[in-house]
Amino acid sequence: MPLNKDIKKVLMIGSGPIVIGQAAEFDYAGAQACRVLKKAGVNVVLVNSNPATIMTDKALADEIYLEPLTAETVKRIIIKEKPDSMLAGLGGQTGLTLAMQLSREGFLEAHGVKLIGTNAEAIDKAEDRQMFKDTMLSIGEPVIPSDIAEDVDTALRIASEIGYPVIIRPAFTLGGTGGGVAYTPEEMRQAAQSGLDASPINQILVEKYIAGWKEIEFEVMRDGIGNVIAVCSMENVDPVGVHTGDSIVVAPALTLSNKEYQMLRSAALNIINALGIMGGCNCQFALDPYSMKYAVIEVNPRVSRSSALASKATGYPIAKVTTQIALGYTLDEIKNEITGKTCACFEPTVDYVVVKFPKWPFDKFNTARRRLGTQMKATGEVMAIAPNFEMGLLKAVRGAEIGADTLNKVPVDDRPVRERLADMDDVRIFTCFEALKSGMSVEEVTSVTRIDPWFLFRLKNLADFEKKIENSLSDEDYFRGKRLGYTDKALSRLSGRKDLPYSEAVYKMVDTCAAEFAAETPYFYSTYDSVCDSRSFKRSSKPCIMVLGSGPIRIGQGIEFDYSSVHCVWTLRELGYDVVIVNNNPETVSTDYDTADRLYFEPLTPEDVMNIIRVEKPVGVVVAFGGQTAIKLTKFLDENNIPILGTSAEGIDIAEDRARFDALLENFGIRRPSGRGVNTLEEAVQAAQELGYPVLLRPSYVIGGQNMTISRSREHTEDYMRRILAGGIENPVLVDKYMPGVELEVDVISDGDDVLIPGIMEHIERAGVHSGDSIAVYPPYNLDDRYIEKICECSKKLALALGTKGLVNIQYLIYQEELYVIEVNPRASRTVPYISKVTRVPMVDIAAQVMLGAKLKDLGCGTGLYRTPPYYAVKVPVFSFEKLSDANSILGPEMKSTGEVLGIGKTMPEALFKGLTAAGFKVPSPRSHKKPGVLISVEESDYQEIISLAKRFYDLGIALYATTGTAQAISTLGIDVISVKNAGESDDIPHLMAEGDLSYIVYTGAV
Amino acid sequence: MAKRYLILADGSVYEGEGFGADKNGLGELVFNTGVVGYIETLTDPSYYGQIVMQTFPLIGNYGIIEDDFEGRCLVKGYVVREWCRTPSNFRSQYDIDEFLKKQGVPGIYGVDTRAITQHIRDKGVMNALIADQVPSSLDDIVSYRVKDAVRRASAEKVSVFPALGEKKYFVTLVDYGTKQGIIRELCQRGCEVTVVPPETTAEEILSASPDGVMLSNGPGDPAENTACIAEIRKLMGRVPVFGLCLGHQMMALATGGKTIKLKYGHRGGNQPVTDLRTGHTYITSQNHGYAVDVNGIAAGQLRYVNANDQTCEGIDYPEYCAFSVQFHPEACAGPRDTSALFDRFARMMGGKSFAAE
Repeated sequence: MPLNKDIKKVLMIGSGPIVIGQAAEFDYAGAQACRVLKKAGVNVVLVNSNPATIMTDKALADEIYLEPLTAETVKRIIIKEKPDSMLAGLGGQTGLTLAMQLSREGFLEAHGVKLIGTNAEAIDKAEDRQMFKDTMLSIGEPVIPSDIAEDVDTALRIASEIGYPVIIRPAFTLGGTGGGVAYTPEEMRQAAQSGLDASPINQILVEKYIAGWKEIEFEVMRDGIGNVIAVCSMENVDPVGVHTGDSIVVAPALTLSNKEYQMLRSAALNIINALGIMGGCNCQFALDPYSMKYAVIEVNPRVSRSSALASKATGYPIAKVTTQIALGYTLDEIKNEITGKTCACFEPTVDYVVVKFPKWPFDKFNTARRRLGTQMKATGEVMAIAPNFEMGLLKAVRGAEIGADTLNKVPVDDRPVRERLADMDDVRIFTCFEALKSGMSVEEVTSVTRIDPWFLFRLKNLADFEKKIENSLSDEDYFRGKRLGYTDKALSRLSGRKDLPYSEAVYKMVDTCAAEFAAETPYFYSTYDSVCDSRSFKRSSKPCIMVLGSGPIRIGQGIEFDYSSVHCVWTLRELGYDVVIVNNNPETVSTDYDTADRLYFEPLTPEDVMNIIRVEKPVGVVVAFGGQTAIKLTKFLDENNIPILGTSAEGIDIAEDRARFDALLENFGIRRPSGRGVNTLEEAVQAAQELGYPVLLRPSYVIGGQNMTISRSREHTEDYMRRILAGGIENPVLVDKYMPGVELEVDVISDGDDVLIPGIMEHIERAGVHSGDSIAVYPPYNLDDRYIEKICECSKKLALALGTKGLVNIQYLIYQEELYVIEVNPRASRTVPYISKVTRVPMVDIAAQVMLGAKLKDLGCGTGLYRTPPYYAVKVPVFSFEKLSDANSILGPEMKSTGEVLGIGKTMPEALFKGLTAAGFKVPSPRSHKKPGVLISVEESDYQEIISLAKRFYDLGIALYATTGTAQAISTLGIDVISVKNAGESDDIPHLMAEGDLSYIVYTGAV
Repeated sequence: MAKRYLILADGSVYEGEGFGADKNGLGELVFNTGVVGYIETLTDPSYYGQIVMQTFPLIGNYGIIEDDFEGRCLVKGYVVREWCRTPSNFRSQYDIDEFLKKQGVPGIYGVDTRAITQHIRDKGVMNALIADQVPSSLDDIVSYRVKDAVRRASAEKVSVFPALGEKKYFVTLVDYGTKQGIIRELCQRGCEVTVVPPETTAEEILSASPDGVMLSNGPGDPAENTACIAEIRKLMGRVPVFGLCLGHQMMALATGGKTIKLKYGHRGGNQPVTDLRTGHTYITSQNHGYAVDVNGIAAGQLRYVNANDQTCEGIDYPEYCAFSVQFHPEACAGPRDTSALFDRFARMMGGKSFAAE
């Protein structure tokens, strides 16, 4: 079946902000889909509230709505744009749920909109627990004993019928939000309630918990005439029980015999035929390691995180092919772009192993429970490709940027290793390694962890090797070590040998077919072998530039940096360069094989990057767009005489080095909050005392304000220093005077002579809340021209003084009518996509051109402050606290948000309202029956300020509640205020919240 | 472990380490792209005379499971990147090294299998030697020919396999080097299967009045088997016939068609095959170095083609009430997506009109 000509205008729904369970993979999928639609001549209308995405670039759609992903907004867009079709399977669970809601209400039908790709009936069959179970039973596919409950009592009854332990899975949630395991009725009561609360339709599945079974996934595809293929199999190293997003995953499955593999593959194909899927689909199975018994765990009738991983693991573009199928093509009509010869209706086969390693946010939330379970907690992931599991794992670990380049890691506490092995947490793989290295047998470790012995034997292989080389490393050992995946640095450290021989890395191609056909796609990974596919790869005569990507998505370094990296690559390609990208994040557009001229899927460490430089011999390396991951490599590259494009290593060092930066500011007479760098606890205490509390404490060279805190006491300072020093520091800890003023932020492009300031952002939260967690308003909403001028002038001075060529991000503070510089980042920042989109200044494109010598005045956007538009754009952060139990959700200098949304409006309130709505806040409607209420509880020092705010709430007709002291202060105005006891003293506050009496809480103070 | 070498007929030498039997192995070097299924591959008699190389780098992960054997192990040598000393599977009996030793098959590991695959892909299939020393002359390697393949790979005596459940049909399977999977599929469909040696004449076969005749897979150049082809010619039209792989090729030759040798064959579990009648494409398991020439089909209708390279994958012979496929619907190793072809055969034996299929 060729292209369906009835499809002329398609509404694409994006996945909205990055949250745990729904990350950059949907930008990758959505961007691929948009491109396919455009290429087919279809008009594309896109709605997505996330500005930090490639898919919301104007080149990718005809009409882009950066609007909240709510049914109400999407309906309005449908009425205005009149699309004939809607593609929902590429916008994650958000897009799918929204499409289903509109379909169920009959809205789509009423407006002549057809759901293309997998239809509503099939989605229901896969997503609705009961329908799914019935469908599976009808085709003879085993499922785990389970039943549905819509209240706690039913849940308890089901659990006692099928027997504990049971697992609770809420319906229609992403990343398993609200799920959990219960071993007793007591635990069940609580787990069932939170599951019911998490489900938008108040429904949970209570299921027999099959701990210890293998978890196997198949990514499968089906087209409109029923052709089916399995793109990739995947095996979770952790057995069933840990969310696949939190598991170390290998592709292909490594411990299955042909019989087991074909059994599950057939089951997956059977399932998508029965459901009538059109496009990509993910099937998860549990397999008993001691029999041929298996059960279907879950089916995702859409493109997912696993499909992004499978695409990158095999080279098979699942999202692209899914979109082509939605447009009416059959699999055999679609060409396999990797080989250029074979058709898309085939199954990729690989001649390597892929290892995915999750990136968890526990470094940000030291109080959060590290225990892993059915609720996903990872914010991102890295992928590594290698000819064996050992090398893949080591590449993944060092690419995850967790301060490890081997599996030796300092234990989280001093319990014996045997005891720690039972913890199903983020460091389990390291604990297993430690146990094996200390002499525990594979059988013992398996009996505790239920991890398949095959994987543990691989770890043991590494442990044995490390023990062997402890005292001496022969040349032969060295070459063996390289093939096991160790870096030179690690081998040197483990063995003590300094003069290592040299072994050259070679690069093999990812080609979907294990070399059966000559492939045309330049997608490489490193190994230690004889023949290099990259060195013999036909290149153009154009000069080569290498762009370093930003690694895994984490709090503080998200999809924004991938956006910038991709734009940089595109601009450089347009300028006539051969562009090479290095990155290890499978979820992103940057690691799509056709983004750059050549893709190296490798960790971003000095040795790995240097090996690629030896092959590519670039005329320059770009570090400015890959966040702190890339910036960190500057010094190393500079020392090895590798030219850095853009701001020089020297300029970067001045900005990052406290003393040098202070000297520069001094020179220009620019103020910054006074402070100093310290190396010991005593110095810190003394510095804090001299500066006067409160002070801001933070390590240098970090991202996202990691380990940054506001200290209000000597005690707190000492605690903090003890914790930081325990981990060892390479650079001083910075102690700054804390000033609670208004925070502002600018991104500046400089060519060395002139600067362009696309826009100034003003934060709503006062200084002290990390800029990534602040609501940022563009243009500034209450800043007079005097300051604007001053900021522009100051930014220009700093950018030029640092020798910036490209982008620099500067954060300011206005405190007691004085302007201070807080921080300078000599690179593309988190706000680049946001400001690019709202000002329409293509910032990365301009910065990339400037890096290569172009002058701003020739580039058409002028210099100085860019013109201000007649609207407001508000960036609102989005958090994932509901995924992280026990994480402290109070905002501070350490960034905690995982994503962001944009609200655009003619006025500041309109933009803010849209932003908050898109971020998931339910702003109470004045039409609702219940009078909205506000609880105010602030520190004594804030009483003065809070009274006027309270008055304004009161005038709006809002009910005021306040804790005792605050209530007294407010009542002095003669305002009605209901006094309640503090949270620690009584249940007043939780009770009010449960009753829905409180819409907002205003709080300051300790946490 | 001792150093071992893989020496190709064009003089290329790859150094690796030895495992399996401690002896030399001379054969035609072919590669298999399956990720799983090394047990089935090693015991597929169609690999007679060949040195098999696996493109997937980790081989032996689930050990050796004798229940999964497809036949006798007739490979001349085995080439892998890495073999697993610590297999893990509840059915695993011993490791692959022990298996190769028992079978007298030399192996080599630690070579760049991707580079060798690319070499064969570009230059075509060629002979190779696995040895502890590089020989001074390539003559022996170059002059090696796979001979008497069918005779070596097939049964010498008749054997009977009972139907599973109710017996519905009586099938004679002519063994040219059959995989057990074919027998299994037939028995599961209520067929009592009599396996006969390749020399069995048409008269002998027909005298037992079978409901259908199945022509098995097997090794080597199909055109060499002139006697077998002559018997097939006599069979066709007198009884429903279903031919697989070598059987398929010989049916084409028996009806005046031609076969050709492919540059490097199809060996693996991911080959797409399109049914020209329905437009449906299936993923199939394959193992063959020769193919029926699409342009040289003299009888019947081309029914299946390879979606990648358009080579012949199956022919319908309505005039003879027979059909044949190049791929392996019995799978093992590989996908089971086309097992319905055995149902088609059963329906034909049940007297169902051929045209309806």
